[in-house]
Amino acid sequence: MTELKRIIKSGFINFQRGGSVSFASVLVVTITLSVIATILFFQAVLYFSLDLIKNKVDVTIYFNVGAPENKIMSLKESLLKLAEVKDVSFSSAEDNVKKFRELHANDYSTIAALDEIGSNPLGATLNIRTKEISQYEDIANFLKSDNALASNSSDIINHSNYHNNKLVIDRLHTMISGAQKLGFLLTLFLIISSIIITFNTIRLTIFISKEEIGVMRLVGASKMRVRGPFMIEGVIYGIIATIVTLIIFWPITAWFGYNMTEFLGLNLYSYYFSNFFQIFAIILFSGILLGVISSALAVRKYLNK
Amino acid sequence: MIYFNNVSKVYKDAVALNDVTLTISAGEFVSIVGASGAGKTTLTKMILADDFPTEGTVFFESINVHKLKNKDLTKLRRRMGVVFQDFKLLSNKTAYENIAFAMEAVGKTDEEIASDVPHVLELVDLSHRLFHFPDQMSGGEKQRLAIARAIINQPELIIADEPTGNLDPINTHEIVQILKKINDLGTTVILATHNRGIIDSVGKRVITMENGKVIRDTKSSK
Repeated sequence: MTELKRIIKSGFINFQRGGSVSFASVLVVTITLSVIATILFFQAVLYFSLDLIKNKVDVTIYFNVGAPENKIMSLKESLLKLAEVKDVSFSSAEDNVKKFRELHANDYSTIAALDEIGSNPLGATLNIRTKEISQYEDIANFLKSDNALASNSSDIINHSNYHNNKLVIDRLHTMISGAQKLGFLLTLFLIISSIIITFNTIRLTIFISKEEIGVMRLVGASKMRVRGPFMIEGVIYGIIATIVTLIIFWPITAWFGYNMTEFLGLNLYSYYFSNFFQIFAIILFSGILLGVISSALAVRKYLNK
Repeated sequence: MIYFNNVSKVYKDAVALNDVTLTISAGEFVSIVGASGAGKTTLTKMILADDFPTEGTVFFESINVHKLKNKDLTKLRRRMGVVFQDFKLLSNKTAYENIAFAMEAVGKTDEEIASDVPHVLELVDLSHRLFHFPDQMSGGEKQRLAIARAIINQPELIIADEPTGNLDPINTHEIVQILKKINDLGTTVILATHNRGIIDSVGKRVITMENGKVIRDTKSSK
């Protein structure tokens, strides 16, 4: 316990006396944490946009005019049981004709033609959304299949618009998975680069103490007694850099929230504050881990004497 | 106490020690003399296990120092005090903290540290420098601080490698007197130097080295 207390105290004193070296280390860790925070916001915007696109994609099943509602509902239940399906919404023939009239309110000839028919020419519809865009094909295949769930419905289904939308759906799928992969690779590249830069900066700051580490060992200090204060300094770098990073991102996200919400589709300022504790935890954990591991690895090199 | 058994050390293209065999008994004051490159520092490094011999063995009492695991080596080093020409003080620690660090390393309590550090600094006449950093001290003060650090844990052996190399004659004389006093109190002292004048003023056993070899070993002249 005394040893731990001394290690912690030494770490704080070394940090305080480190002056410009401590400042440089905190600065580099802050830059790395800012990169990580930027990536978090970038991912949030990316996934928000992708979700928006995904939600715009759906498949509609058009039923024959006069198809019994209980059979449609039974198909709806069957569809909802599928793991791929996110939601299914039913729209009755009456709702559909109402929507059609609203949509073509200014198109006199179309409305006149509809009135001419006298009865409702539209059937009911089921609007299906899957969890992933790639799963629409499975749904289309399910509806075509002979399985027990779908077979009862084949006589009531008029058609579905999947095949009309297939090209758009496939392209969106390729675009979304491409964007996700690119985002992941970019994240990986930036994080690895930042970690390498931070590690090397901390290694350089410890290199300055190389001789002192040797002296500490020569006067009989244990490895932990030598390594410990450097690791505590690493923790301090991480904590201070976290606070600085979180403060820096306050005005930045406010600016984005005020000026760029329409363009990004997401208010970054609201996102920052509604997810503050999660972001704080990720940044703090990354900062401390980065500081401690970099310090421990850098000191290790000079300890084996 | 210390036994060198046919110890040789060869660096890439230079022989630092050449088949050295010698014994140093407990309580002795041994001066090792020789020109730069004679092998004095390598010899002291061998005792501290700060370097490994190419051939031969070095014993501290019955312990082969180069066979020790890291943890045991740390314990062994706590039984020795070291003084270097370039002082090797911890630059970001005050005089008090430099000594306290050596005491903490051997597990002394805060109370022992608080009571012993001012006392040892008084012994080396540095009471007024308690909270000064090494770069605020003169060469002689730094070396006295290094000696205080070396003796604080009452080691069985003090190794002083060119402790007066960077000092003026007055400070040199002071350091030698302190080392002699330490020896008078029963601690074994090994003093490596190239300064013949110091050896003459000490007047104890002198080991002369040349090109890594012990060429003369003369017992006390006083």
